[in-house]
Amino acid sequence: MSFLNGIAASSGIAIAKAYRLVEPDLSFDKKKIEVPAQEVERFQTALAESKGELEVIRDNAHRELGADKAAIFDAHLLVLSDPELISPIEDKIKTDKVNAESALSETADMFITMFEQMDNEYMKERAADIRDVTKRVLSHLLGVQIANPSMIAEEVIIIAEDLTPSDTAQLNRQFVKGFTTDIGGRTSHSAIMARSMEIPAVVGTKESTKQIKNGDLVIVDGLKGLVHINPTPEAVAEYEEEQRKFEEQKAEWAKLVNEKSISADGHHVELAANIGTPKDLKGVVENGGEGIGLYRTEFLYMGRDQLPTEEEQFESYKAVLEGMKGKPVVVRTLDIGGDKELPYLNLPKEMNPFLGFRAIRLCLEEQDMFRTQLRALLRASTYGNLKIMFPMIAALDEFRQGKAILEDVKQKLVSEGTKVADNIEIGIMVEIPSTAVMAEQFAKEVDFFSVGTNDLIQYTMAADRMNERVSYLYQPYNPAILRLVKMVIDAAHKEGKWAGMCGEMAGDETAIPLLLGLGLDEFSMSATSILKARSQIRNLKQKDMEALAEKALHLNTAEEVERAVKEATNL
Amino acid sequence: MVQKQFKVTAETGIHARPATMLVQAASKFDSEVHLEYKEKKVNLKSIMGVMSLGVGQGADITIIAEGNDEQDALNSLEETLKKEGLAE
Repeated sequence: MSFLNGIAASSGIAIAKAYRLVEPDLSFDKKKIEVPAQEVERFQTALAESKGELEVIRDNAHRELGADKAAIFDAHLLVLSDPELISPIEDKIKTDKVNAESALSETADMFITMFEQMDNEYMKERAADIRDVTKRVLSHLLGVQIANPSMIAEEVIIIAEDLTPSDTAQLNRQFVKGFTTDIGGRTSHSAIMARSMEIPAVVGTKESTKQIKNGDLVIVDGLKGLVHINPTPEAVAEYEEEQRKFEEQKAEWAKLVNEKSISADGHHVELAANIGTPKDLKGVVENGGEGIGLYRTEFLYMGRDQLPTEEEQFESYKAVLEGMKGKPVVVRTLDIGGDKELPYLNLPKEMNPFLGFRAIRLCLEEQDMFRTQLRALLRASTYGNLKIMFPMIAALDEFRQGKAILEDVKQKLVSEGTKVADNIEIGIMVEIPSTAVMAEQFAKEVDFFSVGTNDLIQYTMAADRMNERVSYLYQPYNPAILRLVKMVIDAAHKEGKWAGMCGEMAGDETAIPLLLGLGLDEFSMSATSILKARSQIRNLKQKDMEALAEKALHLNTAEEVERAVKEATNL
Repeated sequence: MVQKQFKVTAETGIHARPATMLVQAASKFDSEVHLEYKEKKVNLKSIMGVMSLGVGQGADITIIAEGNDEQDALNSLEETLKKEGLAE
């Protein structure tokens, strides 16, 4: 038995067998062979096994994801039946007397190069298809297992270097009980996904993929950030007990699902949820969310090869607005760029993507795309309580431009006879220090603020949150951050507006007392954090927290702040 | 040998899904089936061959079948093209 240390990214305890989602080693040596007929047969067997596997994957995809997503596997199957690919490979085995592995990869490489050199984007992508199926056949020749996440049919814990949005999209929530990754932090995509899927996760273990083999029994302790590999029966029993206690604690919190979020001295705040897709609504309702504080619309745009249509978007927005039954839903317009890429937009690579052409900057330039999203949003507005939020606003003029486009789209819709709600609040995310500093001026024009702490911290501290070597600078409790947050809240209140927070900090037990003290109106977090936060807030006095926050603003370091909070609140 | 000319009407040309369908249809027959476009001729049972042609909207294509079930093959492909609204 051994264990790994990592970052507790999503709470809870999971015990299950390991399933590695890792690029397999498909290296081989080019060899001369004696009996070509046997080698051809070996190749045909691998081909047949690959086809069988692809048929299962296609049928699964068809059932789980729809005909559209399944079509790609039909194309893969045809590639494996393609006489122009298969015959040359068999000929090569026979005439050159080489092993099937080298005949396959040399022939496939020829086609890959051919497709890559075509001047049509679509054709270039076909090279990836050929590469994909070649890998599959190679894996069968070599007797190496490649990961097929869509084929998982038993309870597993996913072991990966990192998880991309497209990886997670393929995971079946019914069977995936937890995951652990080599890299990443609390705000990386894999961590956010784990919380929205409500499964325990430990990220940033550095060694998970090295130490854990397929089928190993693994315990993911998402409370302490530990991963146990092949634990002793005693350890399993202990953890089953912990798991039971955690479930009990959760059941205790669950009693608060219909309660208000009121401090011990009667101050009311709103606890809302961050979501990525309409599928996340269930979790919001079950966890007593008082609204959606951040609907990340970029997931509609990701994992596909073209922009979503107005109709597709409308359906999603409508589903979320209706699902929340009149509770507020803050929709963030497209926030792409930085760590979230859309290959089909063909944007040039940038030296500093986090400081580059992203989010509102991109939308103000690519107006057709932006207008389509706004049309879909405005059309959906009559189905609930919609609020629209622009991301990455750095200067007042960007907000004015965005709002002008929104007004224009609205006028057009109205003149077409489409009904649009007329009380839609328009606000901004505060992620850039310049905007926090200028909050007083912004507050005269926007209807609300929502502080995006993940980016605000990285921009204020000038520390890339994807770079582990500077992760010590990711300091939510640094008085510099607290002061910026205070500026935003005070500015909003001065103009009679509200201020929320939709970054990870809003659900953090050490930050909550401070934010309550600073007067934050809305806390938006992963749905699974809501009940715990509600329980915490109900035990705090807002007046006491005001004094604590005031003190914290004048401390010197993040550590001092953390200590002060712990002392004042018995954390 | 039988052959017939068509004009591609599909907006996307013969890409992805349409190509998949044509190859699936052609592969059901014993005859050799070829697709000719701009003096290039490819095996219509080869998905990579068909896609490498890059047939776009408005293109004139010829389908050529040769073998014991050549007429059936040509008829079947014509039906697929028309049913899917790819060509006329």
